Amino acid sequence: MNEAATSAAAPANAMIDMFHVEKWYGDFQALTDINLSVRKGEKIVLCGPSGSGKSTLIRCINHLEGYQKGEIRVGGTRLGDDARTIDAVRREVGMVFQHFNLFPHMTVLQNCMLAPMRSLGVGKAQAEATARELLQRVRIAEQAEKYPAQLSGGQQQRVAIARALCMKPKVMLFDEPTSALDPEMVKEVLDTMIALAEEGMTMICVTHEMGFARQVADRVIFMAGGAIVEEAPPEAFFSAPRHERTRKFLGEILQKH
Amino acid sequence: MNYKLDFTPVIEGMPQLLLACLGTFGLALGGMALAIVIGIGGVILRDSRVAALRWLVKGFVELVRNTPFLVQIFFIYFALPLAGVRLDPTPTAIIALGINGGAYAIEIIRGGVQSIGKGQIEAGLALGLHKAQVFRLIVLKPALRAIFPSLTSQFVLLTLTTSVCSAISAYELTSVAQRIESDSFRSFEVYGTITLFYLIISWVMMRFFAAISQRYFSYPVK
Ligand SMILES: Nc1ncnc2c1ncn2[C@@H]1O[C@H](COP(=O)(O)OP(=O)(O)OP(=O)(O)O)[C@@H](O)[C@H]1O
Ligand SMILES: [Mg+2]
Repeated sequence: MNEAATSAAAPANAMIDMFHVEKWYGDFQALTDINLSVRKGEKIVLCGPSGSGKSTLIRCINHLEGYQKGEIRVGGTRLGDDARTIDAVRREVGMVFQHFNLFPHMTVLQNCMLAPMRSLGVGKAQAEATARELLQRVRIAEQAEKYPAQLSGGQQQRVAIARALCMKPKVMLFDEPTSALDPEMVKEVLDTMIALAEEGMTMICVTHEMGFARQVADRVIFMAGGAIVEEAPPEAFFSAPRHERTRKFLGEILQKH
Repeated sequence: MNYKLDFTPVIEGMPQLLLACLGTFGLALGGMALAIVIGIGGVILRDSRVAALRWLVKGFVELVRNTPFLVQIFFIYFALPLAGVRLDPTPTAIIALGINGGAYAIEIIRGGVQSIGKGQIEAGLALGLHKAQVFRLIVLKPALRAIFPSLTSQFVLLTLTTSVCSAISAYELTSVAQRIESDSFRSFEVYGTITLFYLIISWVMMRFFAAISQRYFSYPVK
């Protein structure tokens, strides 16, 4: 059960607040005492070794995973395990997945129109107008009538970003959005994310694209073993990591790239 | 071997036989429609949060798949009146075919649903859709596409099973053929003819399903 007592000191302009969040899969503790506050318009890059809990953390924010202890607030709504708050939060939080997860039986346009119509009750004409506008913004408007399988990975991921944006979210979560892409397609997706960041979107990005982190992040957070080990602005994070595990991780990452 | 072929009774009975083919199609289509409803409904209940419903569906599938259709149709034909429902043989046959086909359809469609990646479901949920919407709008069509060939064979089998409904004198090809045969004793000619008819009926059904597949499931996949 969530502990209500811990939620006292939330800053007024906080978009996401996590207080002492703990999560278990059975006996295995996947998140340990996670405290994270993300201001409106802030961009967070989350990194860490495989299995460190990065996906679990961001998936708790839109309740794709439940948590057992602590508290999460999104835009002032306290995320419980009741359908009402979960719905409210999911309508405000967009998510982009590593494997795009576009719906294969719908065209690009239909992918983008589905949730606004079915979840927000937006009319068809309005949903289509919004979808076309956002497809334009991710520079893929001319593919609107195609099916996902007819697009490249980079194009699919840009559609996935547009699809999430069609819900007019206040926060965007990215879970390794470029790690399933061929190298030549990484840039087009990162450019889309950078443009989104420049427009002021609040973003949490799980990524190992350190160039992106340097350019866009307000803070870089390093996780290991289900806990937040270190967080700092990108300059400090890359030039003077405080923890041994961070240094080791950065060494490995930079070697790979 | 000096059996002389005589197709006269078949030719005289041809209008009745052709009409009976329509009866067969009617039973088959009615049975399939019911089977699809039972199949999809069963899949939803089969994975419901309520344990009693899950067990009910499991029990239903086991019962139907491990007993003969002929016994099932007799049971329904004679049990329904005891429950105060008196139906003609033809509606009874449709119900029996639908129940039988539905039990197989549950298992087939369930396989299709399980083949849909978790990522699809999560993408739908993350977009604020409810579980039921995710199933109906996101999972169902690709799931049906994945198992459509198996569903087609199952439904061709259901079409041929309509001939068992002659046992309760439902209006269909085999029972009409039996009547012509018992009036004329031209067994070889009569059953030879309807064998050919059934072959054509199966082929028409397959074309029908191929057309549905072409119409609804032809979106490109990698
Ligand atoms: N559904 C689950 N059931 C049990 N354990 C799980 C489940 N999902 C994740 N875990 C475990 O929780 C831990 C954190 O997983 P998570 O996916 O959050 O890691 P990650 O940091 O995103 O790793 P990666 O970089 O490989 O994506 C891992 O040890 C993982 O094995
Ligand atoms: Mg992950």
